[in-house]
Amino acid sequence: MKAYISVFKLRLYNGMQYRAAALAGIATQFFWGFIIIMVYEAFYSQGGIEAPISLSELISYVWLQQAFLALIILWFRDNELFQLITTGNIAYELCRPSGIYGLWFAKLLAQRLASALLRCMPIIAVALLLPEPYRLLPPPDPATFLLFATTLLLGLFIMVALSMLMYISVFVTLSPSGSMLVFAVLGEFLAGMVIPIPLMPGWLQSIVDLLPFRYSADFPFRVYSGHIPKDEAWIGIGIQCAWLAALIGIGKLAMGKALRRVVVQGG
Amino acid sequence: MKLYWKYVVILFKSQMQYRASFWLLTIGQFLVPFSVFAGLYFLFERFEQIKGWQFQEVALCFAVIHMAFSLSECFARGFDYFSAMVVNGEFDRVLVRPRGTVLQVMGSKFEFTRVGRLIQSLIVLIWAISRLPVEWTAPKAVTLLLMVASGTFIFTGIFILAATLCFWTVQGLEVVNIFTDGGRQMAQYPLQIYKKWVTRFFTFVIPFSCVNYLPLLYILDKAPGNGLLYMLSPLAGVVFLLPCLLVWQVGVRHYRSTGS
Repeated sequence: MKAYISVFKLRLYNGMQYRAAALAGIATQFFWGFIIIMVYEAFYSQGGIEAPISLSELISYVWLQQAFLALIILWFRDNELFQLITTGNIAYELCRPSGIYGLWFAKLLAQRLASALLRCMPIIAVALLLPEPYRLLPPPDPATFLLFATTLLLGLFIMVALSMLMYISVFVTLSPSGSMLVFAVLGEFLAGMVIPIPLMPGWLQSIVDLLPFRYSADFPFRVYSGHIPKDEAWIGIGIQCAWLAALIGIGKLAMGKALRRVVVQGG
Repeated sequence: MKLYWKYVVILFKSQMQYRASFWLLTIGQFLVPFSVFAGLYFLFERFEQIKGWQFQEVALCFAVIHMAFSLSECFARGFDYFSAMVVNGEFDRVLVRPRGTVLQVMGSKFEFTRVGRLIQSLIVLIWAISRLPVEWTAPKAVTLLLMVASGTFIFTGIFILAATLCFWTVQGLEVVNIFTDGGRQMAQYPLQIYKKWVTRFFTFVIPFSCVNYLPLLYILDKAPGNGLLYMLSPLAGVVFLLPCLLVWQVGVRHYRSTGS
């Protein structure tokens, strides 16, 4: 466990170095958030249609999405791991006296956290101060906030477990880009990154509910604004834990299988 | 021009060497805007219209801007990778060759996988045209073509500007994404739905509205008064490209090799 923690720490410090890139990212995400909110504002301004989620809830949904983007996008590409696999340097990793699944898990986790930590604070701070109607409203009460933090953290673990599956698939395909792009696009749609899940038609929502993707992004954000009431949030946390256990189980199993058959490409 | 096609052919051959990866990437590129379009569809299914614009009208807007974006990504991708060229000193080699720098940089990279994106927006375009209750006339068709072409010019111009910045900063700047990806995201909808200051900025500084909102009014017969002005508004995209090229020339003169 100690080894994993130190890998995690190293990566975290490493990621925190890129402050200029983070600043640029923040500007981009702000602009992006504004555009999305303005579009929804235009949609909502017509009135007469009963929306399943209020505009202010939607706005906090969008801001949180922008602030925690690094935690919730599936497509957080780590070329280093790809290269390890495709160049054969994976052999070194295999020599290390710690489980490779845990090691990579810690690496990916730290990378996402570092990037999110740099970005989320400024975005949230400014979004809280924006004039109405663009302001990000604070959660209704402290308990909701705690629930939100818990679900977000669990969601992050689910996301990393999912992306681990993508990395493991590279052992088989050796070419990362194509198949993973397809996977990432589908996953992001199902996680409510393109349009928020409450705005999807009913049939699609019932499909989305069966998949793990929404538990990483959509679910915590709706807990934050109180769109998902507290008692339902507890059930959701249970489902999150179940998914997490299942995904890690599958990942470890697949990793074991892939490693047994791994052919180290010379070099 | 002949030289540029040679570049294109060579790059096409080299990309076709990895056939499976190529097709998968193309499919992926097809799916990216497709998921956005699906989102658009679901939103309109719920809300029916946005500030008086129907789904088909917005779909037309969406198709035009995505086509322009994918075309410019296809052709001007070299500028997107330009920072790498400066960092590793590749640009020195470009400078000693007896051809224009713009041409060479443009020819250095060509993303054929963007064809997937292009096909997707083409399908949307055809669908939108067939569904719109608009009488199509020759001037309208020309306007549509102009919209796509000048959208491509605008995106290319932005790519060039971004690359020019590399002469000073060496590293590429992510901020530019605001105007490329952000511009694309924004121009999917008619610009009129946004707040005044956004619309103004993207009319007079970066003329996105000249390729989407203004000519669209003409095509949909919503334009007040003389249609000719609306029809010709896409030409602003060409006008936008000129200062970009000028800035590029200034940048080239300013260039100092990183020496590696």
